Amino acid sequence: MKPSSSTTLAGKICLVTGAAGGIGLAAAQALASVGARLALSDVDETRGRKVEADFRALGLDARFQACDVTRAASVEALVAFAVAEFGRIDCAVNNAGVETKHARIADHDDDEFDRAIAVNLKGAYLCMKYELRQMLAQGGGVIVNVASVAGLGGAPTLGGYAASKHGVMGLTRTAAIEYAKRGIRVNAVCPSYTNTDMVQRMLERNPGLRDALINASPMKRLGEPEEVGLAVAWLCSDESSFVNGQGLALDGGLTAW
Amino acid sequence: MSRDHFNLDGRIALVAGASRGIGEAIARRLAEYGAHVLVTSRRIEGCQAVAESIRAAGGKADPFACHIGDLSQIESVFREIDERYGRLDILVNNAAANPYYGHVLDTPVAAFEKTVEVNLRGYFYMSVEAGKRMRAQGGGSIVNVSSANALTPGDKQAVYSMTKAAILNMTQAFANECGQFNIRVNALVPGVTRTKFAQALHDDESFLAPARARTPLGRSADPEEMAGAVLYLVSDAASYTTGTYIAVDGGYLA
Repeated sequence: MKPSSSTTLAGKICLVTGAAGGIGLAAAQALASVGARLALSDVDETRGRKVEADFRALGLDARFQACDVTRAASVEALVAFAVAEFGRIDCAVNNAGVETKHARIADHDDDEFDRAIAVNLKGAYLCMKYELRQMLAQGGGVIVNVASVAGLGGAPTLGGYAASKHGVMGLTRTAAIEYAKRGIRVNAVCPSYTNTDMVQRMLERNPGLRDALINASPMKRLGEPEEVGLAVAWLCSDESSFVNGQGLALDGGLTAW
Repeated sequence: MSRDHFNLDGRIALVAGASRGIGEAIARRLAEYGAHVLVTSRRIEGCQAVAESIRAAGGKADPFACHIGDLSQIESVFREIDERYGRLDILVNNAAANPYYGHVLDTPVAAFEKTVEVNLRGYFYMSVEAGKRMRAQGGGSIVNVSSANALTPGDKQAVYSMTKAAILNMTQAFANECGQFNIRVNALVPGVTRTKFAQALHDDESFLAPARARTPLGRSADPEEMAGAVLYLVSDAASYTTGTYIAVDGGYLA
């Protein structure tokens, strides 16, 4: 027996932000592995072009445009680029994000807070806004926001990050209700600490954190980017056709405690 | 999806309550992706029909009668699994009872006990038996089918809703304590789904109209849409997903 065709994203146009590394790259790889054609973006043009070239070297259709998700004009231009290149956007993965330095709220750096809100929350909002306009015009689509377990519950020493990711969940649930009847599903993935460059930076700044995280995890390990990417691919596929407004925890059981 | 991560070739998967509805759709989907499916429900006839049709389509399936409200039947089905297959990779707890649809103050004791015996004690001991085998073999995946009623009780379905809420708690307990054995345990939270089980709800327009109005996607689910979520949860694609639930509810809970 063969898997049914509804499970693949063959020929679907998927836009991924923050695609030059980490979870964004893993999501792009998972989407491409089931047949998607990729519109990629990242604020880092050099790394983004490298990733685009890597995909193309594998014979995959990937086209890159740099984007600063904190700027509306840049996001609008990215969506216009994807539509100009591919004619539509079937799935959008809003992943571009930054971490904050660990500090309790009384000691939180104001600029770090503003940056987290600007990139993680306003960036997701701007991306959704222009993607939704395109999806409404074309008659449907799927959006997957990359939130975090810090968007589902409190995250000590990550106040700005948690605030931004809770905001992303608010946008996710609201858009899911607002646009369901227009053929657009909106969900989020909520990873815990995942083996990415961003998390490596966080772990290096906090000796002992890795062991503490692993001990706290029922599965006794961190997540891998690929495991988040595959969840994104599933949420983009018709296998999740009745899943809407969800924040899917990808945390090895961390939030089950 | 990627054949590598969603392929279930060689996996032994028990789907309880698989003679019709959501369970049948799950059994068919897992078989389609390569699993050898053990189709169970109380009566063997329904299981045989589903297993035969899976085989006719080129899949692997065997029927088993097992009433999960009866502990001795749980023991005997696992004994038979040990003898015939020597392992169990996937358990989908889906066999549920909802014998009473009426006002909470009029709940008959017999209906209360039957609901708890099947939905709670049945799920629990099916998970215990499966978990012991998964621990011995180095891992496995369990999916407990709960309900949107777990989060907000359904009108005239108090006991059923209570057991479905307990199933979410049970899911977390098993996930916490069995993660170290590489056993993942998750729950599926279906919204209203077009099945014979939910026929009473679909026949009751006073229930259905507001439910539909509150569901952003504006319709009931098809059983196949539940199967898609279970496929993800039991596959290697979900290798870090445990102790959580996926609501397949069209946005009802959003």
